[in-house]
Amino acid sequence: MIVLRDVLALLDGELLTPAAVSDAAFHKVFASDLMSDVLAAAEPGALLLTGLANAHVVSTCSVADLTGVVFVQGKRPALDVIGQAEARSLPLISTKMSMFEACARMAGLVEDGGHARR
Amino acid sequence: MPADEAVFRQEFPVTGGDFAKAGVAACRIKELLKDLGLDAATVRRAAIAAYEAEMNVIMYAREGRMDLSVSPDEVHITVDDRGPGIADVELAMTEGYSTATAEMRELGFGAGMGLPNIKRNADVFAVDSEVGRGTRLEIIIRRNGHGTT
Repeated sequence: MIVLRDVLALLDGELLTPAAVSDAAFHKVFASDLMSDVLAAAEPGALLLTGLANAHVVSTCSVADLTGVVFVQGKRPALDVIGQAEARSLPLISTKMSMFEACARMAGLVEDGGHARR
Repeated sequence: MPADEAVFRQEFPVTGGDFAKAGVAACRIKELLKDLGLDAATVRRAAIAAYEAEMNVIMYAREGRMDLSVSPDEVHITVDDRGPGIADVELAMTEGYSTATAEMRELGFGAGMGLPNIKRNADVFAVDSEVGRGTRLEIIIRRNGHGTT
């Protein structure tokens, strides 16, 4: 299980939805800029890593039961999109890391069974 | 599904080109199905199929309508649009085949997964299209089904 506070620490991330609980947990990780691929292949309860920062990301996560989003490369969605995510209790994180770096770190976290290396 | 078997029906208009409202109908359908007490897997399959169908209307058609019917055994979604139609339905069902514009791809769609993904989540899926007039999708999701894959 991957926990929100560990993701924030590992990716040096900024939580864009302050109301999100820090022990929110994710079962899997999925990375894509294509929402079609997310709809086709991501599993419910997954954390999405993406370089796309628009309202379709929030809609896609709502429809497909993804439970959190990390925007890579310093991307941030508009304030109204953040508001939509908050209304749906969907935590949003922004990291300055590239997609590759963020995925590599998340892969390490998954390999370690969700326990961040200190 | 005979009309008297449906326990719930609702229509959702969809406007072609209105990307700002993309997902509104599918998210509403998902909320309604959850409120009706359907299991999470059925709700998810119906919501994904509805979202892909809604996006197709928004991306390609002038206007469309989604009709949701829920019976004790199945979720039935019919999508009718007025638009260009699909010249080769078999080709359009091929994963990765897409006629999407660069603008659509920038929004994260148009990967050529829409119709195949509807089929994957449906127990019954039929496409009836006429070039120059429009397309009709019939999507049936059985409440104890598992999709076609």
